[in-house]
Amino acid sequence: MRVADGLPLAQTEPGHEARARVRFQDPRIEMAHGAGGTASRRLIEGLVVPLAGVSTHAPLADAAYLDIAGTALAFTADSFVVRPLRFNGGSIGELAVYGTMNDLAVSGARPMALLTTLVIEAGLSTQVLEAELRALGEAAARHGVAIVGGDTKVVERGKADGLYITTAGIGRLDSRLTVAASRVQAGDRVLVSGPIGDHGITILLARGDIDLRADLQSDTRSVWPFVEAMAEAAGSAVHWMRDPTRGGVATALNELVRDRGLSIALDEDAVPVRDEVRGACELLGLDPLHIANEGQVLAVVAAAAADAALAAMQAVPGGEQAAIIGQVREERLRTVTVVSAYGGTRIIDMLVGDPLPRIC
Amino acid sequence: MQYVDEFRDPALIRRTAAEIRALIDPGRHYRIMEVCGGHTHAIYRFALADLLPPNLELIHGPGCPVCVLPMGRLDDGLSIAEEQGGIFTTFGDVMRVPGRHGSPLERQSAGVDIRMVYSPLDALRLAEREPDRHVIFFAIGFETTAPSTALTLHRAKALGINNFSIFCNHVMIIPAIRAILDSPDMRLDAFIGPGHVSSVIGCRPYHFVARDYGKPLVTSGFEPLDLLQSIVMILRQLRDGRAEVENQYARVVPWEGNLPALKALADVFELRPYFEWRGLGFISQSALQISERYAQWDAERRFTVPGVRVTDPKAAQCGEVLKGVLKPQACKLFGRACTPERPVGALMVSSEGACAAYYNYVHRRAEVSA
Repeated sequence: MRVADGLPLAQTEPGHEARARVRFQDPRIEMAHGAGGTASRRLIEGLVVPLAGVSTHAPLADAAYLDIAGTALAFTADSFVVRPLRFNGGSIGELAVYGTMNDLAVSGARPMALLTTLVIEAGLSTQVLEAELRALGEAAARHGVAIVGGDTKVVERGKADGLYITTAGIGRLDSRLTVAASRVQAGDRVLVSGPIGDHGITILLARGDIDLRADLQSDTRSVWPFVEAMAEAAGSAVHWMRDPTRGGVATALNELVRDRGLSIALDEDAVPVRDEVRGACELLGLDPLHIANEGQVLAVVAAAAADAALAAMQAVPGGEQAAIIGQVREERLRTVTVVSAYGGTRIIDMLVGDPLPRIC
Repeated sequence: MQYVDEFRDPALIRRTAAEIRALIDPGRHYRIMEVCGGHTHAIYRFALADLLPPNLELIHGPGCPVCVLPMGRLDDGLSIAEEQGGIFTTFGDVMRVPGRHGSPLERQSAGVDIRMVYSPLDALRLAEREPDRHVIFFAIGFETTAPSTALTLHRAKALGINNFSIFCNHVMIIPAIRAILDSPDMRLDAFIGPGHVSSVIGCRPYHFVARDYGKPLVTSGFEPLDLLQSIVMILRQLRDGRAEVENQYARVVPWEGNLPALKALADVFELRPYFEWRGLGFISQSALQISERYAQWDAERRFTVPGVRVTDPKAAQCGEVLKGVLKPQACKLFGRACTPERPVGALMVSSEGACAAYYNYVHRRAEVSA
């Protein structure tokens, strides 16, 4: 097996010149460092990347690209520490499959195989574990993804909230797609596959900390069908994709504008949000654009192909509410703005802090 | 969504904005203070400044409870909880307020038992569940949140829960408005009166603003149309040379206030002789303390309070911003040493703080191009 230059973790030999400087100065790790917003980015770029020897040539993406024996692959891993383990519309087992599959999908790769690592807290009921393994196995089988191995560890009682799962996944790059922040151009359209915020708000309500009830389900699902539909309809006109999990749509788009040096203007009324999510956000002072999703894809597509890509997503079951929500602008301010129906413009930044702990 | 969408109707918003422009005298500069932090947040969130003429200036007032809390009070509350080996509970807004030894969130990461609650009743329930530990609720807020603290103490008394106490920081809006009116740099034309506070205290307590100081005050809701309509009502008063208290938020604010809530406040609280406000200094009879009848649930009577006084960093100009003398971005620390993620002053912490609202919704240019 030959590993190409693009493999980030291959560049760990001492004295590597491109190694970044350690810039992380926070005295200890707090919940915000895992929330997907500015603090997470600071930790990853300021400490993890410089010391773990990850290549700094390209902006951080959802998966690494490998070339193995002439086959272009994407490779990624994700950990799942959601509490509670089961919630409306999903559970940690399903999430562990779809989360990693989705990172591969938005990197333009058809998910092929997963490794699964379980960290189990002593005392967990076998029934609960069995249910999660069943959910995991069924989710993978449903999408033709093989679970090819993994590891199982048990830790002392009180250490792991019942169950943590890590999955690593590998996928074959779809030759019709080339996605990268550098391909995004002024004039491109921003698309989303469906209503945002369902997952984050569902988990928040499932905790029972807030006495609110809503008929709402997590959107936990594979986004590969949407990616494949766009690949077929728009091909290389799809310039960039992301699954907006922690930190939501706003954080994903802010990362893009910072990496690319352009701006994005969102049309507030075009962003699909269910009334239940809007209502909960109004009450709790949250912005749906900051709330996590587990089954949506955010795509930037060339203007000429945007309608075709949209129609393709809308034709996929569950994609009926897909929408064009904004446009990439030439301005070099690197901001994401939201324009209201009455003409007001506000900036929406990355998520700061941690409104919803441990959601995935 | 009912009660929301009708107050965000684009056609009505544009029409009301046009009415404001028609009422404005182009040769005059208007300075209107929105007292309440919730209004500040809404003004930025809905980008209402984009709809207003340039000679109408909205000044952000002191009605953000986190923002006016002196740092020393937070240190006092945290140190009592730590000394007792107890559980410190508070609202999410307080979690990122910097104390001398870090914010509650940072103290939590360092191992102190700190829990965020959505209501003081949750803190009381926690005390019921953990009878061997002392639970302190760090109470904060104007008359809006004080009734829930009062009802929690009613419940604590009824249930006889003794491992629970309140560290009370409740403040009152009227003395703050009076302090601003009496301030030598006061140059305001009118006030947008608080909405939620008024749902408890009603409109009558504001009469002195119109009667003694000749300034119009209109209590307002929090949706774009509420705020724009309140501005229309203020501009009509100014045009006619009137100074009155008017109620735009009549769907929520009863003119006489919420009598059961006021009764609960009178039962549980008494006036403090004086209290320190961050940025405004000591204001007499401006805050509440727990009355003798509920002394056993008063953390300040039950435990020794260190009485920490911490002065704000010299370069921070929170006081000037709080009084409306300085715009947030004019502060030397704004967006550089002081950001929502690493706040120096409390105005940068709460989403209702003028600095955080301005930073989140308007600013960012300097930081990202750096």
